[in-house]
Amino acid sequence: MTSVATGIARKKKISLSELLLRISMFLVIGVITYWLGFNLVIDPRAFLQVSINGINNGLLYALIALGYTLVYGIIELINFAHGDLFMLCSVFSFAILTELFGAKAPGAKNFALLLVVLLLTMIFGAIVNVTIERVAYRRLRNAPKLAPLITAVGMSFVLQWIGLKWVGSVPVNVNTVLPATKYQFAGLEVAFKTFVIFAVTIPILILFVFIVNKTRRGRAMRATAQDKDASRLMGINVNQTISFTFAIAGAAAGAAGIMWAQTIGTVSYNLGFQLGLIAFTSAVLGGVGNLYGAVLGGLIVGLIQAYNDGLTVGPGQRWSQTMVFTILILLMVYRPGGLLGQSSQEKV
Amino acid sequence: MARLDTPVMLKVSDITVGYGAITAVKGLSFEVREGEIVSLIGSNGAGKSTTLRTISGLMHPKTGSIEFRGEKIDGMPGHEIVAKGICHSPEGRRIFPRMSVDENLDLGAYLRKDSAAVKESRERVLELFPRLRERITQKAGTMSGGEQQMLAVGRALMGEPKLLIMDEPSMGLAPVLVDLIFETIETIRKSGVTILLVEQNALAALRIADYAYVLESGHLKLEGDGSKLAVDPAIAQAYLGG
Repeated sequence: MTSVATGIARKKKISLSELLLRISMFLVIGVITYWLGFNLVIDPRAFLQVSINGINNGLLYALIALGYTLVYGIIELINFAHGDLFMLCSVFSFAILTELFGAKAPGAKNFALLLVVLLLTMIFGAIVNVTIERVAYRRLRNAPKLAPLITAVGMSFVLQWIGLKWVGSVPVNVNTVLPATKYQFAGLEVAFKTFVIFAVTIPILILFVFIVNKTRRGRAMRATAQDKDASRLMGINVNQTISFTFAIAGAAAGAAGIMWAQTIGTVSYNLGFQLGLIAFTSAVLGGVGNLYGAVLGGLIVGLIQAYNDGLTVGPGQRWSQTMVFTILILLMVYRPGGLLGQSSQEKV
Repeated sequence: MARLDTPVMLKVSDITVGYGAITAVKGLSFEVREGEIVSLIGSNGAGKSTTLRTISGLMHPKTGSIEFRGEKIDGMPGHEIVAKGICHSPEGRRIFPRMSVDENLDLGAYLRKDSAAVKESRERVLELFPRLRERITQKAGTMSGGEQQMLAVGRALMGEPKLLIMDEPSMGLAPVLVDLIFETIETIRKSGVTILLVEQNALAALRIADYAYVLESGHLKLEGDGSKLAVDPAIAQAYLGG
């Protein structure tokens, strides 16, 4: 009863700090909307062009963010090694497709090889991620939260070291198999690469969301995320379910890795740090643990970066990171649970 | 009611279970025969829930053994024990709050492949608890305590158990719901399911039971026919509030 009473009291009287918080939120939203609107009006074509670039990158972020969110959802671990797994996958795809198969120029045969290596890289990512969980995280499942977290940081260094030994310390250029062709649509320029990114990432995102939401395995994953003991009582093999989750997360990182190597055109041992941070930001922005949130967060971060870097009137590229993290900090102030995060209370 | 003269379904022999340095159950032995309702009663911390969790494979005994229909099940992981036919409606209900009632029930039948048979069980559960049918698409976490308890029992029944383990099914419920839960336990038994029950509500648990065991700080203190223990003055004084 008391909690109900205070709840009503709180609703009636908004404190000054809360009021200021709200006003500032509308101010921030207003400024951003004005900035975007202004750019849209002065040069609509450039605006749309920049938007397409943003979505292009955002889809890649979404794939990586999915891995953060899946793993967080099921064992409440921020897997700091995930960005480096993405890096390792991009290096793997480079080693197999470019060096081993020698696919260094556009062509039908090389394009077919790309699809084969896409599959291989996803399998590679899945296997590495499952192994990481098996070797490093599983035995710490009942340990205090800090232990697996630090282990994840350590694992991130291990993967970076492997990447360093694999491709060296200097970024390596990848001779992409994707042609540099550009298509014109109503005055907009869309690169062939962008189509490939759309064609690869969107089905994978849909597939993974489908697996989690509609299949028996996915139901076991969601049950395990909510209550591990109760899941065992349902007959769910909890360890296997967690491994499966890591496999999906790894496969998504694999797809993102090869797409990055082929569209951006460089691989480097320290790629995982920055991309991991951005993807992690995306996951938190969308509400960590929420699949749609990861996709939405990835797209938003991609768009923020693109608008910041590419709009006619804007802060420009050197503010790119600052912008992304400022938006994250602001969002955490106004909506700590993320855009689609769980904020409603459950009855116990 | 008196002990049934049927084959032993569950045989717990001399188990010792603990959490780290704390021993919660010390050398406990008991058995459940086919078709029976067996109650475990005792005060808080007597080791009742620990015993049930050990049978279900959520914990493993340090010593002793557990046999289900002649097969050793101690040391098996929980999901394999469910496959043997032991379903557990745990203490505190432990339903999946962010899933619908429907999905919770489906999870109860997670290991069953025969979808026609699952549909039948579902129908039976919804007949047993018509309330769940009304709430079928609702998120389980938003239901009342009584409804959540019905869901927890219904979900366990979805596994078509041979042995149903119920931990505190009446905890926190209004008296009228408590009666309903106990009636339901009888109904479930009549449908051929053997029941192992742990209850705070000792009197009701003894009345309904064929046989009962009284636990005290991890030991077996007393055992006997449920109806006899229900009128035993020593029991009345210790567990039935006078």
